[in-house]
Amino acid sequence: MTEAAIQIENLTKDYPHGFLHLKTKRSLEGLTMRIEDGEVFGFLGPNGAGKSTTIKLLVGLIFPTAGTATILGKPISDIGMHQDIGYLPEQPYFYDYLTAAELLDYFARFHNLKTADRRERVARMLKKVGLETARKIQLRKYSKGMLQRVGLAQAILHDPRVVILDEPMSGLDPLGRREVRDIILELKKEGRTVLFSTHILSDAEMLCDRVGVIAGGKLRGVGAPDEIVGIKAHGMEILFELAREATTAASELLNKSTRTGNRYRMQVSEEDLYAALEQLRGAGARILSVTQIKASLEEYFMHLIEADRAQAAAVDVSGK
Amino acid sequence: MSRIGVVAWNTFREAVRDRVLYNLVFFALLMMGAAILVGQVSIGIEDIVIVSLGLSAISVIGLLMAVFIGVGLVSKEMDKRTLYALLAKPVRRWEFLLGKFGGLLLTLSVNTAAMAAGLFAALYFVKHSLQRGDAVTLVAIYFILLKLALVVALALLFSCYTTPLLAILFTAGLYVSGLFVNEMKSLHGETLAPAVQTFLRWLAYLLPNFENFDVMASAAHGRAIPAGLILHNTAYAALYCAIVLAAASVIFSRRNLK
Repeated sequence: MTEAAIQIENLTKDYPHGFLHLKTKRSLEGLTMRIEDGEVFGFLGPNGAGKSTTIKLLVGLIFPTAGTATILGKPISDIGMHQDIGYLPEQPYFYDYLTAAELLDYFARFHNLKTADRRERVARMLKKVGLETARKIQLRKYSKGMLQRVGLAQAILHDPRVVILDEPMSGLDPLGRREVRDIILELKKEGRTVLFSTHILSDAEMLCDRVGVIAGGKLRGVGAPDEIVGIKAHGMEILFELAREATTAASELLNKSTRTGNRYRMQVSEEDLYAALEQLRGAGARILSVTQIKASLEEYFMHLIEADRAQAAAVDVSGK
Repeated sequence: MSRIGVVAWNTFREAVRDRVLYNLVFFALLMMGAAILVGQVSIGIEDIVIVSLGLSAISVIGLLMAVFIGVGLVSKEMDKRTLYALLAKPVRRWEFLLGKFGGLLLTLSVNTAAMAAGLFAALYFVKHSLQRGDAVTLVAIYFILLKLALVVALALLFSCYTTPLLAILFTAGLYVSGLFVNEMKSLHGETLAPAVQTFLRWLAYLLPNFENFDVMASAAHGRAIPAGLILHNTAYAALYCAIVLAAASVIFSRRNLK
């Protein structure tokens, strides 16, 4: 078996809380996971599920209560491992008295890069994340999206083999999100391993070879995005316009539709699709699109949370 | 440049860009005002007044910077989460701490050197010359720097495990207690139980002795400072700082950054 890029074994994290820190709260429970070399892996889960805790454990910002993890075969406690990883924190914030170029140069110095190499890399990274023209502006004047880009630049500045990104799309406009997606795909093409957390399914579907779903501090499954979330089309949505005044036949259809502006949306089952399309054609409707309705990630998470609650309630009842 | 040096240089750059060195303008105005006023109201003791006032100002300004910037060195980075990306680089936590310590010490040294230059300029203005005896003032300034290094180390230690407000209180409390260490050692009296006297004597050895660094009176009167005291204070400050920074490193290396 080849060496995994990231190997996690029974990783557990408890946080002390309460007065005098005598109580503990479990944020992560017995996480075991393997991420292959060159893989783009999405870590999915609702807020507070344990995604950031896992990532912080991997990069050494917090320490595990139990369990072990290795990155490229080195234990996470080994400082040498940090030469080969790049990390983007969630909602990153950097020294705001520095310019983007100064910040990248500062971080590059920790990787023992020579002056000329540092300068070349800083310029290249700023270009890559679209901050070339803002390179001499202090970070205190940057927008949230620009800070996210600087964060991404510092994470990949030293050509790390493993890139760990905590919510890389958060705070970005559609253009920014697309640029980040392109960068992740580029990293994949270069053969790097990318682990990123998100709660946006479309990002995961578009980028990931595999995803891991975590909720309530426990891993719920690992696999290809479609199979793990178990997304099935549960209906079809037809978007249409009416060219002329509604006939009696059409008004029946319109009762089943939702109107936004001049357009109508109608949801039908997969079996009824062709009959509905025929009816719409007969009523003189112009069909604009037909799309599958998929379960949203939110629905999936809600399902997990409700299952947890039901299980907890069952345990409670049997305990009584 | 070593990783410690990289962090130190950035800490110094932060202080400069955050306009910390603007306090020098206040010091310059104080020295100019004092020099003009002293020339008019005192006869024969102008240099004593200028040296006393100058050294006091250097000490107070330095202490304020050491405490208030010192407690923020780590806590500010944790609050703003600027530390997260940094600690994911190949930099050990103790290297980060030493770098922060070194950076603030560099800031304080530059600040103190500039204030020392202002003090000597004011001295020259009132005396119209500088003598060899004035070199004692330089030793007094060196002792102030040693004292500031100790205060920064303490502030850094407290900021590694408590809130900035408590860290300020603890550092200031230790500084004030450290001014009475010699008295604590020599406390004898019928009212104190022998056990209390023994406890106070031991406590006096544990507390940082800031009293030894105060040679302001000798400097003001141009009295020579024994070389033994210079060596003793240098070694004492170095050792005490090393112990405090080692403790800070141990605490910080185990801290979870939530």
